[in-house]
Amino acid sequence: MNLINRFMPSNGYRQLPKSVTVHAVLLAYTVIALFPILVVVINSFKERRAIFRDPLGLPTQDSFTLIGFEQVLQRSDFGLYSWNSLVVTIIAVGLVLLLGAMAAWALTEYKFKGNLFITFLFAMGIMIPIRLGTVSILGLMVNLNLVNTLTALVLVYIAQGLPLAVYILSEFVRTIPKELTEAARCDSVSEYKIFFCIILPLLKPAMATVAVFTMIPIWNDLWFPLILAPGESTRTITLGVQQFVGQYVTDWNSVLSALTMAIVPVLILYTIFSRQLIRGLTSGAVK
Amino acid sequence: MASVKLNNIKKRFGNVDVLHGIDLDIKDGEFVVLIGESGCGKSTLLRLLSGLEDISEGDLYIDDERVNGRSPAKRGIAMVFQSYALYPHMNVFKNMAFGLKIAGKDKHHVTEKVIEAAKKLKIDHLLDRLPRELSGGQRQRVAIGRAIVRDPKVFLFDEPLSNLDASLRVQTRVELGKLHQELKSTVIYVTHDQVEAMTLGDKIVVMNKGRVEQVGAPLDLYHHPKTQFVAGFIGSPKMNFLPAKIHHADPENTQLVLESGRIIHASIDSSALQKGDAVQIGLRPEHMSLDCTDNRFEGTVTLLEHLGELSYLYVDMGQEGELVLKVDGDNHHQAGDHIQFGIKPTHLYLFDRDGKALNRVNAHLSPATPL
Repeated sequence: MNLINRFMPSNGYRQLPKSVTVHAVLLAYTVIALFPILVVVINSFKERRAIFRDPLGLPTQDSFTLIGFEQVLQRSDFGLYSWNSLVVTIIAVGLVLLLGAMAAWALTEYKFKGNLFITFLFAMGIMIPIRLGTVSILGLMVNLNLVNTLTALVLVYIAQGLPLAVYILSEFVRTIPKELTEAARCDSVSEYKIFFCIILPLLKPAMATVAVFTMIPIWNDLWFPLILAPGESTRTITLGVQQFVGQYVTDWNSVLSALTMAIVPVLILYTIFSRQLIRGLTSGAVK
Repeated sequence: MASVKLNNIKKRFGNVDVLHGIDLDIKDGEFVVLIGESGCGKSTLLRLLSGLEDISEGDLYIDDERVNGRSPAKRGIAMVFQSYALYPHMNVFKNMAFGLKIAGKDKHHVTEKVIEAAKKLKIDHLLDRLPRELSGGQRQRVAIGRAIVRDPKVFLFDEPLSNLDASLRVQTRVELGKLHQELKSTVIYVTHDQVEAMTLGDKIVVMNKGRVEQVGAPLDLYHHPKTQFVAGFIGSPKMNFLPAKIHHADPENTQLVLESGRIIHASIDSSALQKGDAVQIGLRPEHMSLDCTDNRFEGTVTLLEHLGELSYLYVDMGQEGELVLKVDGDNHHQAGDHIQFGIKPTHLYLFDRDGKALNRVNAHLSPATPL
């Protein structure tokens, strides 16, 4: 009986409730995920009093104001903060992708001594949060004279993003048929060219996935900018926003406006990657 | 164009011996087919020749030059893979040009070469397409084209037709044969399909468990298999084997006795054996005939397979065993029919207890009788 249930082609009656449930769950999740962002964006266009009176209401003609955006652009060096964030994120993500792909390729394609050990180290990197090592990282940066530089942030973020990148990319490298590299070797293509001309283009969808996974925590990070680069000239956007959060009074207009503007670059980057990202997420599963 | 010589080539993976000393001489321009069951080491041997795997022991010569340890490209070989292995992100032109470009060849020269090869393979209208937009047969041609443009000394084919559907396989097989005649290059071709081997090969190498079982021209292997393994491998449907004992050992006219006591006459030199020795009789399905009056057998038809031009009869002979007969397609038999058939003494094969073939007398004088 059980077998019959399992192998009978399911009919429309049984499919309908199933798909309704699935969509209900997904919709609920979407609402939960988007709600905070929506609240931030809505309230950034409202007067301070309107924010507290009706946090969920849309801006009306009376309550609409751009004061928060003006404050942010005038009172802080918002352009510099965004630039810092952008530089750190793009360089870190770029290097994570390149180094991650190279490491993934080397660890899966070549058999050498210590292969397993290095793989194991990367696995540890996924399991142990990098913030546990904050004190020694700070000590290291002080010794290297890198405190208050963007280089310090880039280095830390590469270390933070690399393990997961290597892990995800290794899985994808494994799905590339061995014959491709063998055919290339028969074509007398050097190992470097094989990597850059054949493997890297094929890893594109996977790299988009990794890019998104790596990019968002870096962009949103407050911890390391606060500790390693709190100086005025090296502040990132998340740190810059903090100056509007006071101990006694918080300038909510400015905070919310700054956050709204901080979302935009990530959204743009995400849109660029998303098409590839979806292909990357599904390609492993469906194939 | 080149000759290839293998001298006691061995391959080990860890402690496992995969190839136990392969000796082979391949002449310039020869089409050699490596054939055997899966796992017999034929693909491994091809990979050793290509340089993708290291040779554990022995010497490999291409054009009298020892090439052990040389990279695939420096050996002057080109390989066509079973899965085609086309670069998925490059169009057909780039796929074919990639190797030449990497080698730093002049752009005009590369373009000319690719177009020439594409025309030869009739894929010149597909040069802009990506591999995923091609059919299996077209991909196969691109893979072959990629090999041709490099003017290799030796072509290596690793089961190139096994991913194609049946009709395309036959068509591509014919084209491969023509291509070889046109290019006159040395080809080493791995397959498990004995029809491909018989039709394409100038020389067939039958491999079994990491050893070369027999090397020879296709018809040589068909008429004079050295072992029971080769006899069973070449020919379709497979050769039938019946257990028997020597009744009268003789250098020309051997008498055999089947399990049922039936006496069979065979034109085989069995002088090395003695009365009572256990042997296996080999009977090819196409050699048995309903009209033949020599060596009569009888049995019940259990199954018929009609192929149109001919039919396969599966015959149960009780104690003596089971046989497959190839008969004319116009027969009127049915399952359950009791039939009688015979086979000429010159058409029989005989194998001793170790599977070694005994010499067939006058076998070369009796080509397979047409149906």
